[in-house]
Amino acid sequence: MQTTISGHPATRASGISNDVQPANAGLGLVDRIKGVFAHQRALIGMPALLVAFLAATVAIHPTFDSFDSQSVAMAALPLAFAAAAQAVVVISGGLDLSIGSVMAVANVLAASTMRDASFAQSLLLAVAVLAAGAMVGAVNGLMVIVSRVPDVIVTLTSGFIWGGVALLILEKPGGGAPEEFLHLGTGTVMTEWLSNSLILLVLALAAIWIPLSISKTGLRIYATGSDETAAFRSGVNVKFARLSAYIVSGLFSAIGGLGLTMTTGIGSPRAGVLYTLSGLAAVVIGGVSLTGGRGGIVGPVIAAFVLTLIPADLIFLNIDPNFGQVIQGTLIVLVVMAGGLMASMRKAK
Amino acid sequence: MSAPPASTQSPRFEPRSILTWFQRNNVVALVLLLLLFVAAVELLKPGTVNPVWLSNTLLFAAPLGILAAGQTMVMLTGGIDLSVVSVAMGSAFLMTTTALKFGNLTAVAIGLGLGLVVGLINGVGVALLGVQPLVMTLGTGLMTQGIIIVYSQRILASRSIVPDFIHAIGSDRLGIIPFDLFLWLPIAALVMVVLKQTGFGRLLYAIGDNSEGCRLAGVRVWRLLLIDYVVCALLASIAGFVLVGHTNSADLSLASTYLLPSIAAVIIGGTSIFGGRGGYSGTIIGALILTVLDGLLTLLDSPEPIKQILYGAIIFTLATAYSRLTA
Repeated sequence: MQTTISGHPATRASGISNDVQPANAGLGLVDRIKGVFAHQRALIGMPALLVAFLAATVAIHPTFDSFDSQSVAMAALPLAFAAAAQAVVVISGGLDLSIGSVMAVANVLAASTMRDASFAQSLLLAVAVLAAGAMVGAVNGLMVIVSRVPDVIVTLTSGFIWGGVALLILEKPGGGAPEEFLHLGTGTVMTEWLSNSLILLVLALAAIWIPLSISKTGLRIYATGSDETAAFRSGVNVKFARLSAYIVSGLFSAIGGLGLTMTTGIGSPRAGVLYTLSGLAAVVIGGVSLTGGRGGIVGPVIAAFVLTLIPADLIFLNIDPNFGQVIQGTLIVLVVMAGGLMASMRKAK
Repeated sequence: MSAPPASTQSPRFEPRSILTWFQRNNVVALVLLLLLFVAAVELLKPGTVNPVWLSNTLLFAAPLGILAAGQTMVMLTGGIDLSVVSVAMGSAFLMTTTALKFGNLTAVAIGLGLGLVVGLINGVGVALLGVQPLVMTLGTGLMTQGIIIVYSQRILASRSIVPDFIHAIGSDRLGIIPFDLFLWLPIAALVMVVLKQTGFGRLLYAIGDNSEGCRLAGVRVWRLLLIDYVVCALLASIAGFVLVGHTNSADLSLASTYLLPSIAAVIIGGTSIFGGRGGYSGTIIGALILTVLDGLLTLLDSPEPIKQILYGAIIFTLATAYSRLTA
């Protein structure tokens, strides 16, 4: 695949980045963290959008209370992880259309094994489910790398396969988990406003994403997504970078699946289906470039909350919540069309 | 990622030359694969393969074949249309629910109208604004599906009928020849002629190969892409009609089951997702292979999950083998 042509622009580009590499490696931790923020322009815009939506929600529904805030946080939990899972793969230059199915696998695995477990056992099982999710992600990544078939096709078929696996584990919605385990997603801490699911979300994302984005692997993922050839010539193992992105994606999907178990209390083999496309929508709205190499997971995660608030607002407005999907689709179309318009105007200048 | 120049492929050793020959004549390889699947069906349950079975296979394959025709035309330009299944489902649903009120022909026109609108939106986004086809069609697909779901809750389901002629096209036969073949064959012939013999078709290949080069050569790329996406959506609407004529009720859940086959038929048929290579003849065989495969898995009498896993695994294997063979 990688042919060597002397004088190819990519060679020269990689030469430059080779020179830059040692300087980069000497950067302090603070500079690296700064670099991470520079990657995430959405960090400024997305919170503003969320605040606007929250303000609108309170305006529409003045009696917005702690219960409403809890239910929004609970509903956003699986979608936020689906968005994070998709974002990692998109940043690496790929696309994962199997996320919903992987979430379903984790969801039914948890619900079918935790049914009669104690709380301690259920935590152990949760770790096992996470490991299984990472493994499923690894299989997806290997399928993409080994087959050399485009990501879209591979993950579309693997999504089909994992959907079958989920059905195999649990044919009909059922199963369960111990009360304390569910409480991790449904309960609150300190005030009625601070839902456990929100804390779980922030902790899990921070525990995985911050070390990853500071690490060399994270840099390699960004580099591969930005320009695979240049990254390859700079000595990045692009195959491994893509594989690690899929593994992290599988891990996030599994957490999302566990979140589904916590918030619904059961396992359902078809529950994840919707999250594939909604997660991708959150990624697009959250400012991650689908061409790869740009963006972070904070934007998509906040976008997931915005997308969750839309149907909630519709219910408060006494409008059919099914319009939520229409709005979600329209929002994607408008966002990408506006982006395209701006790009073509910039070109015309 | 791009294909090596043809000149580097010609001198090869003996075993390689067979592979090379198959690369050049991929339709022959596909037909052999199809025959292999047919043989497997016959082996599994002797006596299955007969004229009636053949007629059934063609009947089932037609909607997929028509759906994949539009997808082929879009993929040749290096794009993809994820909204086809939503459009097919939506058009069929609109048609069946308006047939009683406005008459059959108006209902069909309304159904096609949905395809036209969605196709135009896709086309404007992709062709004029340069949006990635994947995201654009994902968005319009979600939009269409949402609108149809909202609409379905506002109308009385009892007032939906499938017009007789649509039902006939989707389910009836003339002797053993399924009626939908009379719709599929002309469409197939038209698509193949347009792709291979007209300037429009050849330019679609050219755009898939090098869109920027086409633009610099004075081709109005946006106009061709716009037409391409509209044609794709209209073909999806027609496929939806055939499908509803077959199932006799517009089922909103149909969309999710057809998305993978509609893309897999094109990929297995040898059209590159990067554009510029392939054609509709391969897609036809691809649709037939998927239909026979579906029948084969039904014959195996395995539970639904196993069937789903096998279906996905086989499609993945075929796609891998194909990309290895042609890369």
